[in-house]
Amino acid sequence: MTVLAPADSARETAGTAATRAPRRRRTSPATLLLVAPFALLLTGTVLVPIGYALYLSLFTERLSGLGFEGPRDVFVWLENYGEVLTDAAFHDSVLNVAAYALLHIPLMLGGALLLALLLDGATVRLRQVWSLAVFLPYAVPGVIAVLIWTYLYSPNIGPLNDVLPWDPLGSAGVLPSIVNMATWQWMGYNMIIFYTALRTVPREVLESARVDGAGPVRTALGIKVPMIRPTVFVALIFTVIGSLQLFTEPLVMRNFTGSVTSTWTPSLYVYEAAFISNDYGRAAAASLLLAVASALLSALVMRLSTRSGRSR
Amino acid sequence: MSSTSPTRGASPSRWMSRGAVHALLGIAALYSVLPLIWLLTSATKSVGDFSTTGAFELGDWNLWTNLGDLFAEEDGVFLSWIRNSLLYAGLGSVLGALICAACGYAIAKLDFPGRRALFAVTLAGVLVPTTALALPLYLLASELRVVNTFWAVFIPLLTNPFGVYLARAYAEAAVPDEVLEAARMDGSNELRTFFTIALPMMRPGVVTILLFQFVGIWNNFFLPLVMLTDPDLFPMTLGLFQWSARVSQFPQYTPLVVAGSLLAVVPLLLAFVVLQRQWRSGLAAGSVK
Repeated sequence: MTVLAPADSARETAGTAATRAPRRRRTSPATLLLVAPFALLLTGTVLVPIGYALYLSLFTERLSGLGFEGPRDVFVWLENYGEVLTDAAFHDSVLNVAAYALLHIPLMLGGALLLALLLDGATVRLRQVWSLAVFLPYAVPGVIAVLIWTYLYSPNIGPLNDVLPWDPLGSAGVLPSIVNMATWQWMGYNMIIFYTALRTVPREVLESARVDGAGPVRTALGIKVPMIRPTVFVALIFTVIGSLQLFTEPLVMRNFTGSVTSTWTPSLYVYEAAFISNDYGRAAAASLLLAVASALLSALVMRLSTRSGRSR
Repeated sequence: MSSTSPTRGASPSRWMSRGAVHALLGIAALYSVLPLIWLLTSATKSVGDFSTTGAFELGDWNLWTNLGDLFAEEDGVFLSWIRNSLLYAGLGSVLGALICAACGYAIAKLDFPGRRALFAVTLAGVLVPTTALALPLYLLASELRVVNTFWAVFIPLLTNPFGVYLARAYAEAAVPDEVLEAARMDGSNELRTFFTIALPMMRPGVVTILLFQFVGIWNNFFLPLVMLTDPDLFPMTLGLFQWSARVSQFPQYTPLVVAGSLLAVVPLLLAFVVLQRQWRSGLAAGSVK
C-alpha cells in the first residue's frame, strides 16, 4: 500500500515531465553499468567462442613439407565440414540421437502433460506431495542419475536386469535405457511447468464447460490443453535442444558397458574428435554443425507453433 | 433437487476414476522416488552386501564406514570437490542471478542504445546448446592459456540468457513505471533505484533464477570435463565420474561412488523441499509471459 501513494503523485508529474523527455533519453552511465556485466559475458562466453570455433573449423593441422618444422595449421576452406558430414561414425551418431529424440520427446512430454492434467483435476488430494515427488529427480545431477540407473540395470545389483526381457546394458537395450533415464529426470520438471500454466486457465471457462455437460476428459483435451499450447511449445523447443545435446548419459554408461561407442551421439563425436583424436578443426566443425542443427530445429518448432496457433 | 440424482448416479464411476487418478499419480511418484531410495539404502552397504543383498533391502549398516572411506580417499580430495561445487554453484548463482536481474530489468524498463539487439542476441543465446558451446569455450580458453583454472569453469557458467529472459518478464510484471518515475523525481540515480526499489520488487523471480542457476551449475558436467585436469579443481560430478570409471576394475570404489552420490544429491533435494513456496510462485510468475 505504501508504494501506491507516490505512484499516484508520480502519474500527475509524469505528464509535465513528458515535455522534457528528450533530455532523459540520454543513456545514463548507471544504465550501462546494469547492462554491461551480462553484455560482456554474452560476448565473451557465447559470441567470441563461436566466432573463434568458426575460424578454427576452417583450418587443419598438417605436417609441413619435409616434416622438420612440426605440424602447421593449413587453411582448408570447408574441408572439415565435408569430412564430418561424410563420416559414417557421424551418421550413426545422428541416427542414434534421432531415435532417442523420437522416443524420449513424446514419452516425456506426454507423460508430463498427462500428470499435470491429472493433478489439475478436481478430485485430487495431496497435490503438493505428488508434484514434489515427481519433481525431485530434476534435482539429481545428470552424472549421478546415470550412475543410479546403471546400477539398477546391472546384473546381480539392480532388479531390472532380471525383470526386463532384454539386457538393459546390451547393444539393443542401451537406447531404451537412456530414454528411461532422461524421462525420469525431466518429466517432473515439465509437469510442474504445465501444471503451473493450467492453474492460470480461467475457472469460469471450466465452469461453463461443466455446465454444458463436458466431462473431465473432454474439458482437458478440448479446453485446457489448447489454452496452455504456448507453454507446451516452449517446453517442446527446450526438449528438442536438450535431446540433440545428449552426452552425459552415454558417456557415463561407457564406464559400465561396451555397448556405447565412443561416438554414440554427435556431442560424444565432438568430444572424441577434440580430446582423443586431437583434431580441433574437425571437432569445431562438428560443434558448429550441432549448434546450427539445433537452431534450425527450434526455429522449425517455433514456425509450427505460430502456424497451429493461427489456424485455430 | 432433481439435479442431485444424475451426480449421485455417476458417483460409482466417479469414485473409480478418482481411484485411477490417484493410482496413476502414485505410480509416477514411486517411479520418481524409488531410485533415490535405492541410493539411500545402497549407501549403507559394504562392497560385499552391495551385490549379494536385494536392491531395496538393508544389509549390515556400513554407512559411517563408507563415509569415512569416502573422505579418506586420496587425502580427502572429496572434501575439495564439495568445496568446489559449493563455490562454483553458490557464488556463481548469486552473482549470475544478480547480473540477470540487472540486465533483465534494464531491458524491460530502461532505454539504452542496442536494447533490442541485446535482447535478440539473448534469445538466440537461449537456443544455443551448452554442449555445442563447451568445445568452442575450451578452444578459446586454451588460446588464452586459462584452461585448468577455476575461472575457466566459473565465468562461462555465470552466463544465463534464459535467466535474463525471465528477469525481463518479472520486471515487466512486478515493477510499475510510476514507482520508477517517482524515484527519478526524488533524484535517485538508476543504480540506486534498481538496488533499493526494483530488486526487492522482483525478489521472488530472482530467487527462482538463483535456485535454478544453482542447480544448473551444480549439475553441470561437460564444461568441467573439458576444462579441468587438476582433481583439486573438480566439482563433485566430475570427481564421481572419474571414480566410477575405476569401478569395473576396482570394485572397492563402488561404496565411495554411491556414498558420494548421496552427499551430492541431498543438499539439492533439501533446498527444493524447503524453498518450495518460493520456486513454485516464481515459476508461476515466469510462465505467464
